[in-house]
Amino acid sequence: MSAVPLRRVRIIPTLLIDRTGRLVKTVKFGKRTYIGDPINAVKIFNRKEVDELVLLDIDATTDGRPPNYALIEDIVSEAFMPVGYGGGITHDDHIEALYKCGIEKVILSSCLSEEVDLIEPAAKRYGAQAIVACLPIKKAFARGQKVMLRSGTKAHKKTPLALAQDVVAKGAGEIIVYSIDRDGTYSGYDIDLIKQISDEVDVPVVACGGARNIEDFVTAIRDGGCSAVAAGSFFVYHSKTRGVLISYPPAADLVDRVFKKLALT
Amino acid sequence: MITIIDYDAGNIKSIVNMLRALGVKSQISGVAEDIVNADKLILPGVGHYDHGMRKLAEHGLINAIKEAAQVKKTPLLGICLGAQLLLRGSEEGNQSGLNLIDGDTVAFDRSRMDGKLRVPHMGWADTEKLSDHALSDAFPNDARFYYVHSFHMKTDSPETAVLSAYHGYAFTAGIAKGNILGYQFHPEKSHKYGMGVLKAFSEWVPQ
Repeated sequence: MSAVPLRRVRIIPTLLIDRTGRLVKTVKFGKRTYIGDPINAVKIFNRKEVDELVLLDIDATTDGRPPNYALIEDIVSEAFMPVGYGGGITHDDHIEALYKCGIEKVILSSCLSEEVDLIEPAAKRYGAQAIVACLPIKKAFARGQKVMLRSGTKAHKKTPLALAQDVVAKGAGEIIVYSIDRDGTYSGYDIDLIKQISDEVDVPVVACGGARNIEDFVTAIRDGGCSAVAAGSFFVYHSKTRGVLISYPPAADLVDRVFKKLALT
Repeated sequence: MITIIDYDAGNIKSIVNMLRALGVKSQISGVAEDIVNADKLILPGVGHYDHGMRKLAEHGLINAIKEAAQVKKTPLLGICLGAQLLLRGSEEGNQSGLNLIDGDTVAFDRSRMDGKLRVPHMGWADTEKLSDHALSDAFPNDARFYYVHSFHMKTDSPETAVLSAYHGYAFTAGIAKGNILGYQFHPEKSHKYGMGVLKAFSEWVPQ
């Protein structure tokens, strides 16, 4: 290759499913809006050739339920791109079963506050690239930022940075930094938060929470230093009068408005 | 019919899904006899090199794969870890590989990479041809695929390095020697580009 090729970064739709297997949007991990059938959404994203998908069951852990394998299999069968899954993973067996469904990476979050570590044995067996740690983070009054697990209800003792370093040391190959405060608010990514963690770990970091336009993707990566961006509400537009619209920027737009702006040399 | 080798170290479901969507018949097997008698073989693979080789040994498949590839000249496509296993070995571990193509698997050299880039390499990368090989037509100018790896292939001879991609520097993305092919990316996770590759593999008749 003569010149440095285009730097492509991943732009990842995040799908949240609830206990009944419906697709929902949330605001600050709270108020939910029902969107529709996740399989339909995945079919659309697949047709639009999105880079990758993140699928999160936001009720599995609080319900004390394992992953909904039947639904996950149906979803993965519609996806010719990688799908990462998180929600209700508390045991090695869940991880193995998820890979058998065709899931590319398991996303571990609530289990990070448990005694038994799932990351290290899974990373040894399946490789770091198949294990993602998701850190949902909220600014707590007077206590700084906290990693809030179990659907944003249970604070982890460690600071977000310490926990991030911890999971990487155990073998996680990727970290999702999910801003609870920005979730569903269309107020932009929390660049300071992203930078704080991206600067101190050497695995890819994915920013999530707050995206409102394509330019936000550029800011997160260029100024926050993350390697990829995820977004939920941004790709799923919902209006009372016009229903639900699932969208993804065309490939040419991403090249001109994102990739070319992120060239390293 | 394509036989996908099942040795408990690969994401087989997605490969089956894509082949099915292409209308290509496939079967999954971890039995040595099936491997030796296969028309075509896909060797998938995800995870640690040593784990992969140990699993192949445990399932008694190493000789079967070598016989199919070297004696019967069965078309064989290694994917991701499956491609790396075709070589001598990997810096990732201690196990010897299948040694079907001369070369090694090496870690990404961070000293050659911009500090902003991370390992594992995860994401879509444009992939170009270094030279022609059996499935060259499946790689148009805009070909791009999904990669997820911390190690990359390095062949002894430039002749067997047929594809290149870039992550901090240009690395070998595809290797080929006669009926034996190895691609670092995941065709089964690469939309229409991957479909083109799997379709070409299914239609390929080596001379």
